[in-house]
Amino acid sequence: MDTKNLTITEARRKLDAKELSSTELTSAYLSQIEKYDAELNAFITVTRDEALKTAESADKKIADGLTLPLLGIPIALKDIFVTKDTKTTAASNVLKDYIPQFDGTVVSKLKDAGAIILGKTNLDAWAHGSSGENSDFGPTRNPYNTDYVPGGSSSGSPAAVAANMALMATGTDTGGSIRLPASFTNTVGLKPTYGRVSRYGVIAMASSLDSIGHFTKTVEDNAHVLQITAGKDEYDGTTPNKEVPDYLSNIKAGVKGLKIGVPKEYFDKGLDPKINEIIQNALKFYESQGAEIIDVSLPHTQYAIEVYYIIQTAEVSSNLARYTGIRYGSTRQNFGDEAKRRIMLGTYVLSAGYYDAYYKKALQVRTLLKQDFEEAFKTVDVLLTPASPSLPFKIGAKSDDPLEMYLSDILTVHANLVGVPGLVFPGGFVDGLPVGIQLLGKHFDEATLYKTAYTFEQANPFWKETPNL
Amino acid sequence: MKYVPIIGLETHIELSTESKMFCGCSANYFGQKPNTHTCPVCLGLPGALPVANKIAIESCIKIALALNCTIANISKFDRKNYFYPDLPKGYQISQYDMPFGEHGWIELSNGRKIGITRVHMEEDTGKLTHAEVDGQKVSLIDFNRSSVPLVEIVTDPDFHDALEVKEYLQKLQQIVRYLGVSNADMEKGDMRLEPNISVAKTTDKKEISTLPPYKVEVKNINSFRFVEKAINFEVKRHIEILEKGDTPIQETRGWNENKNNTFSQRVKEEANDYRYFPEPDIPPFRFENSYIEELKKQIPELPDLKTSRFISDYSLSDYDAEILTREKNLADYFEEAVAVGKDHDVSSKQIANIIINKKIDITQVLPASLVKQIVEENKVESIDESELNTLISEVLKEHEKAVQDFKSGKESVIMFLLGQVMRKLGKKVDTQLVLAQIKSHLQA
Repeated sequence: MDTKNLTITEARRKLDAKELSSTELTSAYLSQIEKYDAELNAFITVTRDEALKTAESADKKIADGLTLPLLGIPIALKDIFVTKDTKTTAASNVLKDYIPQFDGTVVSKLKDAGAIILGKTNLDAWAHGSSGENSDFGPTRNPYNTDYVPGGSSSGSPAAVAANMALMATGTDTGGSIRLPASFTNTVGLKPTYGRVSRYGVIAMASSLDSIGHFTKTVEDNAHVLQITAGKDEYDGTTPNKEVPDYLSNIKAGVKGLKIGVPKEYFDKGLDPKINEIIQNALKFYESQGAEIIDVSLPHTQYAIEVYYIIQTAEVSSNLARYTGIRYGSTRQNFGDEAKRRIMLGTYVLSAGYYDAYYKKALQVRTLLKQDFEEAFKTVDVLLTPASPSLPFKIGAKSDDPLEMYLSDILTVHANLVGVPGLVFPGGFVDGLPVGIQLLGKHFDEATLYKTAYTFEQANPFWKETPNL
Repeated sequence: MKYVPIIGLETHIELSTESKMFCGCSANYFGQKPNTHTCPVCLGLPGALPVANKIAIESCIKIALALNCTIANISKFDRKNYFYPDLPKGYQISQYDMPFGEHGWIELSNGRKIGITRVHMEEDTGKLTHAEVDGQKVSLIDFNRSSVPLVEIVTDPDFHDALEVKEYLQKLQQIVRYLGVSNADMEKGDMRLEPNISVAKTTDKKEISTLPPYKVEVKNINSFRFVEKAINFEVKRHIEILEKGDTPIQETRGWNENKNNTFSQRVKEEANDYRYFPEPDIPPFRFENSYIEELKKQIPELPDLKTSRFISDYSLSDYDAEILTREKNLADYFEEAVAVGKDHDVSSKQIANIIINKKIDITQVLPASLVKQIVEENKVESIDESELNTLISEVLKEHEKAVQDFKSGKESVIMFLLGQVMRKLGKKVDTQLVLAQIKSHLQA
């Protein structure tokens, strides 16, 4: 069978109608991985036998009339989600042989929902990076043009979804690690509100910024998955006891009367005009659908990246302290340059005498950034921006210049510092390379992001333009 | 020139909660097989997250309240970053600039108030054992203790001698036991003491306005007796150095209980840089005043108040009241017995006497049984008055010398005569009545 253009919704229908078995479906995805992953390098570990075994049992359950949202659906996990008895590396040689003792909350929820796990996907080691090139297991390639990066740090997950090697794949977004790669790979990537999805069992990068999301082909599929992963978790004290709405019930409601804000700071002179054209066309489309487009300002945006690289590195330096070489099998010499850079930066900004000037000041500016959003959301329902100021770049183009690489996150870090949800969905192509559109919403208002993106997607189904591999 | 010791104290108290500070593992690790009370959280495994134990936080706040602290309305946990093999995450979750309690005090029997700088909450570390296994020197790690809740209590440098420190520690131990938040058992490591000692040169205690330019911290002290010895040893050592016109080195010293002395462990050039920052995995706390009031209500009557109430309500001596309130169980037992005793004409003083003098095992004898016992002992058998008079006459005849002594002014001899009469009676009767009868015979 052909996995091209298949969605979770469609696969679900076929499985339920017995047009297709989970074993057939899973085999098809496994053979897609076999065919193309040698070139794309989206997977670090493929759990083929386990996947087929689970698929077989899923088929039995379907035959028994059991209904579960992801029963029999093949998915992939970013290799920073710890999985019981399956190697979890964070794409770092430090953990190259590490086999966890437990499944994290999201992994458990996905398994409980019946998902078939095909394997663990590649990433920038420890989720440090914007291109996927920092992986100790080699870079992942962009399925739309293998000379290009797929974006990072979640690099393998969107590449797997884009290349029809999985129906869904998880990601983490600390400064844009879901949204930037979604933009580069023509996929739908959600960074939920901070605290909406449990972080328990996801190897921490920067704990106050890490958001646990996922990549799908379509907006509807994406909402379908969030319905499973969202909610309070007793193992994560930062997940509030806030009701999870039905993300699908309102998805087709349209955008009539919706107030879409356009923050001027996101349209700086650094923005590629061809990307801007796609954004402007999207705004015109929304206007034609009855939405109101409103210019807004997020005045402290220019400080977001500096604040981000202080807070993030500080937390990284603390979170990586446990990999001492005494445990987990590999010594600290296995840390790559980027991890070392962040450990040093983070240690520096937290040191006595520097704390006030860097970390404390950054926390103060973070409060101002939050106020920017609160102010904007007094007049608009959602913000629409580009996800990246530039197109996907070639492998190696920025790898010698860390600062240039850091600037890739310039349009995404803001949401992490503030904790609001962000959704990136396919907006079109420039020179054969995908361009995503970013929506930012109010805290815990993922539903509005889905409704807005869905409206565009129905009229502009770019997701169907699969890569030529 | 006079020398005045300046001493401050850091005390760690391990709470007796069911579960650990940040996970559901049992916190009762004493004597358990190593690494059996562990989970991904207290092992610090990648991906695991801490979730704060509410009971532990409330216990910490209760301790702070009992020590007259101001409770923070807004507080948080912080990460204290440092490397040690017994610290699985590479940082300890502790509190830095916003402890649960601050600015408290405790009053000593000499009337001096010792300031409590802060009361904060943190997690314990694992335990390292250095051993030889198969001829190889190894370090073994047990994570059963990892993340057991600890409360750290820091005093101002207000103590002037070892006895004050000892009294403070006894009071602190008594308070946390009264609160029921810790067993405060020194032998099990529930209480760990670290005095900071320096000696100031002065002419008068009251004139000390600036602290000495150094301080020595002593670690590894596991009894109140040793803390007293260690302080006395250090003070003497410091004075000897000061006498020579030198200043003792700022350092951390260990207590050697075999040699009864301290030894240098580590010279502190400057404070460690722990790179504290707010713990992002645990949201900050907001404690409403109503909530703090609620916790205050749960605090039982504390030892000092109870002692003075016992003195005034039960007409006890300071000594008896102090003994009876040393442990809350005993004090409760006493009060229960007093309540029962009221209906049987048994006085609180009698109850206090029997508990203290006969060392009653309160776990074996119910308060009501104790009262019954006293009533039995008090019971007086009736006696026929003419029988008594006959007996008295007999005794007086038999002891004429004594009667003469009495008449010549040696009145104490009457007690001898009383004893003789009682012996002849052979039963328990009201001695006052017998005494009065003897007197009237003698004076007749």
